[in-house]
Amino acid sequence: MEHAVQQFGPLAVTPVGFLWLIPFFPLLGAVINTTCGWWLQRRFGKPVNHSIAVGAMVLSFVVACVAFAKMLGLPGEERFLQDTLWTVLSAGPVHVDLAFALDPLGMMMVLVVTGIGTLIHVFSIGYMADEPAYWRFFAYMNLFVFSMLLLVMGDNFVIMFFGWEGVGLCSYLLIAFWYTDPAKAAAGMKAFVVNRFGDFGFILGLFLLFWGLGGAWHDTPAGQRIYQPITAGQELRIITERAATGGAQASHEESVIEVGPTLNFRQLRDQVVVKATGVAERLSHQRLFGFGLLAIVGILLFVGAMGKSAQLPLSVWLPDAMAGPTPVSALIHAATMVTAGVYMVARLNFIFALSPSAMGWVALVGALTALFAASIGFFQYDIKKVLAYSTVSQLGFMFIGVGVGAYWAGAYHLLTHAFFKAALFLGSGSVILACHHEQDMRKMGGLGKFMPTTQKTYLWACIAIAGFPIASGFYSKDEILWKAFSQQHLALLGMPAAWLGPLIYCIGIITAMGTAFYMFRSYYMTFTGEYRGGHDHGHGATPKESPLSITSVLVVLAAGAVLASLLGLPASWTNRPPILEHFLEPSLPATVDFVEYPHWVEWLFQFIGVAAGAIGWLFARALYLDGKSPVPAQLLERWKRAWTVVYNKYYLDEIYGATVVRGSLVFASILSWIDSRLVDGVVNLAGTITRLFANLDGAIDKYIVDGAVNLVADSTIAAGRGLRRVQTGRIQTYLYGALAGALVIVLLNFLIK
Amino acid sequence: MMGHLSLSHFLVVGGLLFCFGLMTVLTRRNAVAMLMGIELILNGANVNLVAFNHYVAGGLSGQIFALFVIVLAAAEAAVGLAIILAIYQMIRTIDTANITSMRQ
Repeated sequence: MEHAVQQFGPLAVTPVGFLWLIPFFPLLGAVINTTCGWWLQRRFGKPVNHSIAVGAMVLSFVVACVAFAKMLGLPGEERFLQDTLWTVLSAGPVHVDLAFALDPLGMMMVLVVTGIGTLIHVFSIGYMADEPAYWRFFAYMNLFVFSMLLLVMGDNFVIMFFGWEGVGLCSYLLIAFWYTDPAKAAAGMKAFVVNRFGDFGFILGLFLLFWGLGGAWHDTPAGQRIYQPITAGQELRIITERAATGGAQASHEESVIEVGPTLNFRQLRDQVVVKATGVAERLSHQRLFGFGLLAIVGILLFVGAMGKSAQLPLSVWLPDAMAGPTPVSALIHAATMVTAGVYMVARLNFIFALSPSAMGWVALVGALTALFAASIGFFQYDIKKVLAYSTVSQLGFMFIGVGVGAYWAGAYHLLTHAFFKAALFLGSGSVILACHHEQDMRKMGGLGKFMPTTQKTYLWACIAIAGFPIASGFYSKDEILWKAFSQQHLALLGMPAAWLGPLIYCIGIITAMGTAFYMFRSYYMTFTGEYRGGHDHGHGATPKESPLSITSVLVVLAAGAVLASLLGLPASWTNRPPILEHFLEPSLPATVDFVEYPHWVEWLFQFIGVAAGAIGWLFARALYLDGKSPVPAQLLERWKRAWTVVYNKYYLDEIYGATVVRGSLVFASILSWIDSRLVDGVVNLAGTITRLFANLDGAIDKYIVDGAVNLVADSTIAAGRGLRRVQTGRIQTYLYGALAGALVIVLLNFLIK
Repeated sequence: MMGHLSLSHFLVVGGLLFCFGLMTVLTRRNAVAMLMGIELILNGANVNLVAFNHYVAGGLSGQIFALFVIVLAAAEAAVGLAIILAIYQMIRTIDTANITSMRQ
């Protein structure tokens, strides 16, 4: 679906004074639970703690809804709500405000974060009921939501980066929530360190973009290269002609756009998107070390997204992150934080669209990650690990979407994934709770009899993720794959790569088949057949359905997973753009070319997608329905070696261990050697020389300076001692002296005469 | 020159008086004797004053100086004797060799 090429103007800002309340409530909840949560829990009991946390989330969600209503009341091009609190930093060209902004894309994210966040908080009440450090859990959760909202709502890169780091911190805190278990603490550290790798790329990309906006090198006819700097805040007056809304008469509209280095998203968007500023053209031609500047910027920013969204090769932390409590996995490691990378790429769509090479990398890495993670998911036995690899795989899909230029489709998959993956994770949480914290699917089975609500919601979420048209996953995934197939834009290393789209499509279809297989495998292993656990636990009790606070959340999320499909009914069915695409349009000004095909081609591809899902489902049904089929074990025996490789995640952790970790350790020991031998040697040498000088100086001081002083004193004393004899106290002696003096004078008197 | 006294005679007498006084002060250790030597020195000076007045200057100023010196000598003798008396009462001697308490 190609919409008419539109001439974009600068964004119209609508100031809204209450936006700051959205992140404020979770922050308040976090502060209260952090500072006096322990006391509150001991004094008044756990309900106080979760009332504060859930109350903060509900209030935040309500304010977000009010903002949403206000946004819907505005015309499309004015949907940019902004709330500036105060200036944080102003230094030369860098100007940073503590400001929040909401455009349609941010609005969608805020609704997901606060809405699904609220549901998961409610779920946590039941799930964490036996936890002694109840207050700490809710404090961290609220702090996480606060950071995530900063990331999403920040009006500039600095606030976004603050949130970006904040969610990393909260992720660490919550993965290592049960910190007394060394494995869980290590998983938290791993997540944090791997994320730091990505953040480094992100911030480098940010600096490079800022630098690139500041000016450009130009070749003069004389063969010289000169640098033309642009200072921040330079204003350009753009006169655009556009038809007045009322009649046919054209009116001149003058708009002022600030060009130059900026950290503000809106200023960046305006100067890049409005063609007349020439910024986009200049950026596209700028080169650094022989590569396009924007390609480097895009790839570096994507490195940040790789870390946060667990893409190859930085995907290793997410499966380990399952060490955290299940609500954490659902909120942070499925619905919100891990999608931050996708959100960031979609937010900067106008930058990425200028560099086909960067987009090519994004899409390719996304596709490879999707396939890679799905293949690992085939053989996992830990129900949460299956979901973790599924998340990595689905994030890969999102990156295919934003990589090929179907930004709204990526964002749509983000939305649907938030619903169905939260439902799956919370469903697995409900199962884990019922099975007394058993996560191995081989010890489950037949749970559908005991917990029908959990079973049904899990089934619907599976249908959604597997891509059947009765639930939302189909619509987002299909749109992504269709756009991947029909793209005309991608390039790799500066070379146009038309073959990349079909390749990504094939990978995507295979992955979709695999997704259906492993999700239904987990469903059948968990809910159908005979119950295989319960004997070695000694509890003797059969699993029972979870409390209402858990099941109600599951129902809402499963309903959301189904109903979200209404937002993205494809244009080839309804002949109008999908609701969400229309809504997100003001946020996604990047124009990327797609091949136009007749509708029946798209329908064919949709059918292929459904067929792939069905094949995966049927395989899973055949192999795992009653848990008695001997085929899986036989296949395992046959392909033992390949299975071992995949089961061990292609030894990616070991590769990291052998290269990065070992390399770091070797590097550290080399540095340690340099430090202890060379640096310390130099320091000690300097110390010795100083001491020698000090001794010399001391000697000079002692023998020469002090000697002179003492000599003066000693000679004075000696003189005094000598002269004391003269003062006998006898008057006669003095008189002799006086007489002698008088005689001398008399004699002299005679002699001189 | 017989029966006629010149300035030189007076000066010789004054000088002798002065020298005797000086010798007394220098050689005696008795504080009272030293005071007496001082009297001799003063009187030697008086003789000089009167003689110079008579032979050289004329008028009365030399005599008046001499009178002042006599009065001064009386006052000095009074104060000096009083000090000597006080010293004697304190340390039972007026031998200046033994009066050492004000030495450093």
